[in-house]
Amino acid sequence: MSTTTLSHDEAHHHDAPKGWRRWLFSTNHKDIGTLYLLFALTMLFLGGASAMLIRMELFMPGIQLVDPDLYNNLVTNHALIMIFGAVMPAAAGLANWMIPMMIGAPDMALPRMNNLSFWILPAAATMLILSFVVPFFPGGGTQINTGWTLYPPLSVQVGMSMDFLIFAIHLLGISSVLASINIIVTLLNMRAPGMALMKMPMFCWTWLVTAFLLILVVPVLAGGVTMLLFDRHFGTSFFDAAGGGDPVLFQHLFWFFGHPEVYILLLPSIGVLSHVIPAFSRKPLFGYNSMVGSMLAVATIGMVVWAHHQYTIGMSMGAVTYFMIGTIIISIPVGLMIFNFIATMWRGSMTFETPMLFAIAIVLMFTFGGLSGVMLAVVPADMQYHDSMFVVAHFHYVLMPGAVFGLFAGVFYWLPKWTGHMYDERLGKIFFWTNVIGFNITFFPQHFLGLAGMPRRIIDYNVMFTEFNVISSVGAIIFGLSHLLLLYIVIKTIRGGKKAESRSWEGAKGLEWELDSPPAFHTWTVAPQVK
Amino acid sequence: MSAEAHSGDYYIPNPSPWPIIGMVSLLVTLMGAALAMNGVGFGTYLVIGGLLLFAYLLYGWFRDVIGENLSDCYNKQVDTSFRMGMFWFIASEVFFFLSFFGALYYIRVIALPWLGGEGYLGPTNEFLYGGAFVPDWPSAGPAELGGGFTPMGPWGIPAINTLLLLSSGATITWAHWGLKVDNQKQLVWGLVATIILGLLFVGFQAYEYIHAYSALNLTLGTGAYGSTFYMLTGFHGFHVTMGAIMLMAILGRAMKSHFSAHNHFAFEAVAWYWHFVDVVWLGLFVFVYWL
Repeated sequence: MSTTTLSHDEAHHHDAPKGWRRWLFSTNHKDIGTLYLLFALTMLFLGGASAMLIRMELFMPGIQLVDPDLYNNLVTNHALIMIFGAVMPAAAGLANWMIPMMIGAPDMALPRMNNLSFWILPAAATMLILSFVVPFFPGGGTQINTGWTLYPPLSVQVGMSMDFLIFAIHLLGISSVLASINIIVTLLNMRAPGMALMKMPMFCWTWLVTAFLLILVVPVLAGGVTMLLFDRHFGTSFFDAAGGGDPVLFQHLFWFFGHPEVYILLLPSIGVLSHVIPAFSRKPLFGYNSMVGSMLAVATIGMVVWAHHQYTIGMSMGAVTYFMIGTIIISIPVGLMIFNFIATMWRGSMTFETPMLFAIAIVLMFTFGGLSGVMLAVVPADMQYHDSMFVVAHFHYVLMPGAVFGLFAGVFYWLPKWTGHMYDERLGKIFFWTNVIGFNITFFPQHFLGLAGMPRRIIDYNVMFTEFNVISSVGAIIFGLSHLLLLYIVIKTIRGGKKAESRSWEGAKGLEWELDSPPAFHTWTVAPQVK
Repeated sequence: MSAEAHSGDYYIPNPSPWPIIGMVSLLVTLMGAALAMNGVGFGTYLVIGGLLLFAYLLYGWFRDVIGENLSDCYNKQVDTSFRMGMFWFIASEVFFFLSFFGALYYIRVIALPWLGGEGYLGPTNEFLYGGAFVPDWPSAGPAELGGGFTPMGPWGIPAINTLLLLSSGATITWAHWGLKVDNQKQLVWGLVATIILGLLFVGFQAYEYIHAYSALNLTLGTGAYGSTFYMLTGFHGFHVTMGAIMLMAILGRAMKSHFSAHNHFAFEAVAWYWHFVDVVWLGLFVFVYWL
């Protein structure tokens, strides 16, 4: 790698590089996609472990396993690891693997930067884990007992672990912005000739919108936590009323990021669904244009309704009413997407392989989560539900089916393409049923707990809530353990299995299915012509 | 692949160590910063080491990119990718600054009137401050954190700085005009003028800070006014400094005749960035200094 001129032979490499260099120095979208997915899987188990500890602690009233600050630190870590460590990297992994193959591009537009976006994630995870570990050392300060929202003034008072967390968020932000730039540029500049924007596969559309959202909102979170850092160490008073600031300002900055983040997590899964449902219904996607339109509407309206997370802070009546109406309006385009999926299945010759089972579960359960969201959007009702277990149940119904099941569906759908082997369909179905049943046993009772008045983020509870909490914790054990089966299926499929054809699924459409399974190290070096 | 390798191919770089080095340098720098802020001595050394590694990373990564560019690896499509990438990077920077402008807006228009007892909060103001707190901007809050201070007026150094940055925007455009007709001399002198104006700006800004700390008692701890003033002007000043360093790199390349009328993405990227800090400054001048 000298500065002097390179000849074309040097500049183009032929085969996959070997050994550790292949993974550490990679400029190949498939390898980087694999790295993303493996990282996400690791983080899924780390975040899952903290969730299991939370549920075991809540198995009985009283304080059993951990002390209250550690409990709240587990809550904080569970959220941050799952959102930033598991769901977003998994979606980015799918994007890396599939987008270039779907649009007929040789790679991502900026391959070196692509690798940088990935490798910042392990650094961020290191900082995040350090923030959890540091308080156990002498002089390490207190635990992060704020929850993932990091509201001041509590977050200003936490010890040095908060600084590790703030920098972890900066790193995650850099990674997300760089990855988003890459995806936008790839989609706008690298499409095969003839592939107009409105002919682009829906997964690409969802990622285009997601990447826009990330570029617009992640820097605001970075700005917010930077102010927090300065309030903690350098005497500023952004969030200190004594100096003329306002703790509520942080909530606005946080949720300006936090609410679009919900759609950032959701949209890639909607994209996966738009491939899985047509493939297993053997019909084209119903309403392509309206899907694109409703997605853009969701993203746009989603940017301006953030304060529905803060109804109880004392905003003016006008502001509260605006945020309520805006939030409820979002259910219209989201409903449109759901109806499009149902219309796609209507009179199709449907089969129910694992990806399709997950897709149908999403349509049912995400809708359920969306409806409890409409309940929460209504101000007078939310005054009652706010900060109760009902909220916990609501967002797990949105994020597990809405985001994670979509990723599972995508993994099972494309695993044959990536590995060249079909996964074990019987095990896949067992995984689906244990996962979905475990999920519902865990989270459905939490609706009742919340409506009965059990607050969230508190280690202990009134004995009257015991029965539902026991049911929820038993469900959590089933749900948690089911993921070991996922791990087993994935490892088994990588190691061998029935050979997958190029078009692994009978109804699958798109450029990616014209490539071998597994595809060559470099694909589409000559762009295909799309008619 | 190399069989049909010609300038029509999209260039996929070889495996590169720079992303990993970038990861290590960021991790070491930020870990050191977290430790140093909490009084752990060796944190500072980690920050210095991390930043040196980061500087080496920038040098090495850009050296590779420049080498590839000079050996004609990049076709028109790659060039477009770079341009779009820079555009969206600047877009993300805009939103970073918007969070600070948003904070300024929120504090001035919403938070301070609340503290001053607006609407149903009248009794709160009465109980907490005896009705004595009047929420006029500039304000250091009800507790007057940091003590009495004089706010920074717009028509001294800030006005001169506005003039400096606006003229630097003109000189870089003049350099660009020279570049477009392959006028090497105009390009170099335009860049030199821009760098001088940029450095003058940074110098004046530093003088303004010293003046504010020593004569006006306006510090980072001066309540909401000090916080927003220093964070907004500080992050902007940091961006101007970065921009000036980028301009120097571009000047070095211009003197080596790296650019031609039809191949000068790097110049344009830096020029866009420079115009971006220019526009942010106009926002600062109006909302931080003037109004």
